[in-house]
Amino acid sequence: MSIQLCLLAQLRTICCSVSVRLVCLPLVLVRNGCGMNIEVSPKLKSLVEICNLKFSRGEHVIFDNISLSIPRGKITAIMGPSGIGKTTLLKLIGGQLTPDSGSVLFDGKDVHRCSRKELFTLRKRMSMLFQSGALFTDMNVFDNVAFALREHSGLAEEIIARIVLMKLEAVGLRGTAKMMPSELSGGMQRRVALARAIALEPDMVMYDEPFAGQDPISMGVLVKLIKELSAALGLTSVVISHDVQEVLGIADYVYVMADKSVIAQGTPEELQIADNEQLKQFMGGEPDGPVPFHYPAANYAEELVGQ
Amino acid sequence: MNMAESLANLGRGGIALVTGLGKAGIMLWGAIAHKPRLKGLPLFVKQLYVVGVQSMVLILISGLFIGMVLALQGYNILVGFGTEESLGPMVALSLLRELGPVVTALLFAGRAGSALTAEIGLMKSTEQLSSLEMMAIDPLRQIIAPRFWAGVVSLPLLTLMFTAIGIYGGYIVGVEWKGIDGGSFWSILQASVEWREDIVNCLIKSFLFGIVVTWIALYRGYQVVPNPEGISKATTQTVVQSSLAVLALDFLLTAIMFGR
Repeated sequence: MSIQLCLLAQLRTICCSVSVRLVCLPLVLVRNGCGMNIEVSPKLKSLVEICNLKFSRGEHVIFDNISLSIPRGKITAIMGPSGIGKTTLLKLIGGQLTPDSGSVLFDGKDVHRCSRKELFTLRKRMSMLFQSGALFTDMNVFDNVAFALREHSGLAEEIIARIVLMKLEAVGLRGTAKMMPSELSGGMQRRVALARAIALEPDMVMYDEPFAGQDPISMGVLVKLIKELSAALGLTSVVISHDVQEVLGIADYVYVMADKSVIAQGTPEELQIADNEQLKQFMGGEPDGPVPFHYPAANYAEELVGQ
Repeated sequence: MNMAESLANLGRGGIALVTGLGKAGIMLWGAIAHKPRLKGLPLFVKQLYVVGVQSMVLILISGLFIGMVLALQGYNILVGFGTEESLGPMVALSLLRELGPVVTALLFAGRAGSALTAEIGLMKSTEQLSSLEMMAIDPLRQIIAPRFWAGVVSLPLLTLMFTAIGIYGGYIVGVEWKGIDGGSFWSILQASVEWREDIVNCLIKSFLFGIVVTWIALYRGYQVVPNPEGISKATTQTVVQSSLAVLALDFLLTAIMFGR
């Protein structure tokens, strides 16, 4: 009976999520708390708002007064060249790093002004898929996915087992339940990590470079999973990546970052036709342009002859 | 380098030291505060096995040989004075008061301490600690505390094993090889060893060494620069700093316990 209830609860969650998504369909342009125009549902607004954020590591400034909004229930991509601080941005949203100034609001709550207990409560509503998968190497696939459920849900082991199998089935890896992470390929590890990330049915999942180092098949599988799971569960998804085509194929809204700030934003269609040299260089993958091929250095000829 | 730069570097070093001590203190407090409870018992037992049981072979073999060497050297000196019957207490008191706690702690730092640092460093570099944080699970509770308590509980037990087998090694050399009377060996040893003075002090020392070695190992792993070079450096730091801390702390404790 309890298993049936659990299955019904899962089904209801999915149905509710889909219905919420349908309600959200008529989108309008609104001005958010940071003074930005962004497409959001007039009813639900943004789930995450980053306002005037400044962050630096020592002398090196990573973000200089950036503001952006993550609309609820949609896939938002944050793109930019390597080393620009995209992963750092996710860690700031998750409260793992503290900004120099500015704020990150998650569902209206300032992540960096919460107590540790409040922050942990917020984190139960957000989840992160790490670049490496970050599976616990001393646990098998099943226990990895069950881990957060055992810690937080208070459900009986029998129900947890059913939920874990459902999550693994959703990512196509139910057959690997008894395997260790070291026995899986990189792509499979990320899919297991995705199953773990959605185990607690969070409001938001942050994907840190989900396609990095993947073969075309694994990449296709991950793209499909992110798109389908986001739609079915009504997730707010934040995808950090520099794989332009894959991201533009699934994102509802895109931010492009460079030079410590957001240089462009809009729907994928808007970005394709935007008149911005730096954006064009990034989208087209051109080796030289506003972002130079050469790292700043002394005069080449002088250095060669030892002057 | 001018005077101002030297002063600035000194200041930076001082700030880094105080910051490091502060972080280490916070970590220690977090580990102590999350002492093993019924729910976390399996984690603690697992670490007890990894940290304690898996160190036993090294400790027992080392203890046996150190006891044998100590007895052989002691016998050669004592026999010159005709007091070879005192070999038992000499071996036992040397092991209980100094060699047992100190050598066990040094071996523990090399075997278990370095393994703890490397394990936690790798967990950090593969983002497992970050993923725990993002799952709203405190790594101090889940990762650090069970290992800390396992180290603190293991070391006194390993020290007792080291000392016991060391005394047996002394018995093998003194009685079985050199022909000292077995009854004298055990009876003089029993009469010389004090419960409070020797055994309790031995346990106090090893308990404190357990805290220091495990604390340093866990802190070095937790604060590691997450790359191969950083992990290698942290592992070395654990062994060097733990060993020096054990030797310095041993002198301090010996001065307090036996320096009257």
